[in-house]
Amino acid sequence: MASRKDPMGIGLAVLNRIASSPTIDRLGLRKQSEKAVYHGTRAGFQAAGAAGRTFKKVKGSGKPARQSSTGDSGVFDLTPTEDQQMIVGVVAEFADEVLRPGAEAAEKTDDTPKEVLAQTTEFGLSLLNVPEALGGLSEERSATTGVLVAEALAYGDMGQAVACLAPSAVATAISLWGSDEQQQTYLPAFTGDDVPAAALVISEPTPLFDPFELGTTATKSGDGYVLTGLKSGAVRGLEAELFIVSAALEGKPALFVVEATAEGVSVAADPSMGLRAAGLTRLKLDGAPAALLGDGAEDDYREAIRLARLGWSALALGTAKAVLDYTKEYVVGREAFGEPIAYRQSVAFMVANIAIELEGMRLVTLKAASRAEQRQSYAREVALARKLAAEYGMKIGTDGVQLLGGHGFVKEHPVERWYRDLRAVGLMEGAVLV
Amino acid sequence: MINLDTPKKFRAFVDQANQVADNFLRANSRKYDLAEHAYPKELDLLASLIDGMSDSGQGQGAGAAGVRRGEDDADGKKAKNKVKNGTNMSSVLSVIEMCWGDVGLLLSMPRQGLGNSAIASVATDEQLEKFKGTWSAMAITEPSFGSDSAAIKTTAVKDGDHYVLNGEKIFVTSGDRADSVVVWATLDKSLGRAAIKSFVVSKDTPGIRVERLEHKLGIRASDTAVIVLDNCRVHESNLLGSPEVDVKQGFAGAMATFDNTRPLVAGMAVGCARASLELIRELLEKAGVDIDYDRPATSQSYAAATFLQMEADWEAALLLTLEAAWLADNRKPNSMEASMAKAKAGRVGNDITLKCVELAGTLGYSETEFLEKWSRDSKILDIFEGTQQIQQLIVARRLLNLSSTQLK
Repeated sequence: MASRKDPMGIGLAVLNRIASSPTIDRLGLRKQSEKAVYHGTRAGFQAAGAAGRTFKKVKGSGKPARQSSTGDSGVFDLTPTEDQQMIVGVVAEFADEVLRPGAEAAEKTDDTPKEVLAQTTEFGLSLLNVPEALGGLSEERSATTGVLVAEALAYGDMGQAVACLAPSAVATAISLWGSDEQQQTYLPAFTGDDVPAAALVISEPTPLFDPFELGTTATKSGDGYVLTGLKSGAVRGLEAELFIVSAALEGKPALFVVEATAEGVSVAADPSMGLRAAGLTRLKLDGAPAALLGDGAEDDYREAIRLARLGWSALALGTAKAVLDYTKEYVVGREAFGEPIAYRQSVAFMVANIAIELEGMRLVTLKAASRAEQRQSYAREVALARKLAAEYGMKIGTDGVQLLGGHGFVKEHPVERWYRDLRAVGLMEGAVLV
Repeated sequence: MINLDTPKKFRAFVDQANQVADNFLRANSRKYDLAEHAYPKELDLLASLIDGMSDSGQGQGAGAAGVRRGEDDADGKKAKNKVKNGTNMSSVLSVIEMCWGDVGLLLSMPRQGLGNSAIASVATDEQLEKFKGTWSAMAITEPSFGSDSAAIKTTAVKDGDHYVLNGEKIFVTSGDRADSVVVWATLDKSLGRAAIKSFVVSKDTPGIRVERLEHKLGIRASDTAVIVLDNCRVHESNLLGSPEVDVKQGFAGAMATFDNTRPLVAGMAVGCARASLELIRELLEKAGVDIDYDRPATSQSYAAATFLQMEADWEAALLLTLEAAWLADNRKPNSMEASMAKAKAGRVGNDITLKCVELAGTLGYSETEFLEKWSRDSKILDIFEGTQQIQQLIVARRLLNLSSTQLK
């Protein structure tokens, strides 16, 4: 009893890590030095994993470790557990004091500062979904906690939030679906002090992309596979040391582990409309050696797609909340015709609708997460949450700019960045997992 | 712990409510849509059933009864800090199922009128006993105003131990069939909102009469009456709440009732829209349209993508409604959330039911299916108990912390 960590124990473990690590203040992260702009200017594909480590294969005992799930609680309840409140409190402070003030600078460098990423290692962001037996924080897995954390991070800045969550997505994928050998080989790096950059890569740069109809193919080669194709939306690909990549194996989609240093792997910066701080790249696979993640079950792949979409819905919640809070303040302060513009229904109702749609999409996202957590079917709820996040997330983004008028269109205010970031929500696949 | 599924303790009850809705309401739906103003006698049996359940404490808010915030839930346990799923939640769940059956018939349920909700919410114990068993309608709106309830012209003048009521009330749901009407009237027009009081007026009181019944776009099973009060003398013990005019307290007390009833109307929209969604899905699948939750909507057919969007909006409306009820059950302020639920459910309920008619073509437009009926019924749900625009006004004022003189 005493040693078992229930889901509520996660928060305490996280807090303990924070208590024993330098605080945000002591790291002096509020004043970021502006780094040289180099990612956006690096043209063309280059060999990946320049600074990458080699992962030494470890033979496992054959049985992978998995986190368990919580049972059906049976009570309608919107109150986060005390531990979830504590975790979110810490993450929200980080988002408020580090991510938000650093957003503009991070965007200019097309990357998230290493100090910021190191900070997330300090509070164990990549450990949330790793089984305790493998150095993680908890025996039980909570998709709800993942959603609350992603939401809180994106309230600060979606681009940096995605960069912070990318290694966690890979660690989560290996924890959930990897073989024992893969867990033993890769997870120690993610539970250590020097968490590698890593990316879960699903998207491909084609119109009407469907993650169940992949252009990238896997073919059997000796003990493993080789992958060929072009992927996109690889977070911080230039820095990444490990990729989990989707490819079609005999016509069916599956996930593969690709080490960045492997032959035939190259990356190119793919600067996009928004999410600049996530350092998006394309990943070219030209007969790249790869290992099937776990046993490549189709259900695992479906789950990966769903949990990633859940993550993007959660990110939309945070950024949309940022828009709501910002516009609320703006419309009350801004005057036209001798009174605050908030006194006009056409303005005030836009803000009301932002709040109404945001609350609706938040509840559907939480329902999807809580069903996933309780091991109930959640495909339907994720699809609905994604639809709402895509539709209303973007609507909130564009209304945010509209409410500020010309001021919303210039970089003096963050709403134009939120507009660009929110466009990503309905189209991104993979990259994050909760 | 965050969980948004139907509470375990209500699942069997919801299932029962669904069967009742299917057998009593849906089964008679078209009949009373066509025979407007005919009394749906099938409901008498159902109403006695609900009375019986309430008396034995098994009702779990099966009817449209009001909610008393001061009392403990049906468990009778005083469990502080424990999350409750109580009568607000079960009432909403019940209303959703009933309106999946038929909105007009739910509104016609004997002894479950809006007046009953008001009585149940604010009456004293003596009054509760006095009005036990009555079927009470609610009369607020007048020919000269709708949303602006403070503009009431109907007067109540004290005369000995009676009040004398004079005025005309419109849009009184069940005004013809009910035994009594809760009438809103002003004691002194010059004192504004604070002077507005409500009175339980028995229909057999001299001076109250039903002037006529409306012919409507939808919810035709429910009668909508014009009621005239002509020197109608009502005993002072029939006044609900305090007889004092407290200018400081203003209108807040009367308006607070809406925090409990708006989630119910949102639930009506949710139930009605679910009926449309279920039927259109069945029709689309028969026509060979598959709805896939994993494939991107952009890669599916227009019909499938439209269905997904409608279902997403519906789910948001459902959960906003449950949130408002959950807050009320847990004694947390829910004014803004109640209005959010009503706004979202009202508009998507209407959008969804209309879109379903369009997707089904002439089959949906024809009386051979219920789709056209549900798209007529849904319209009122975005109007009564506060229009879409009123809900947005309430939400905006709360969000932006503006008064009614600032944000008009």
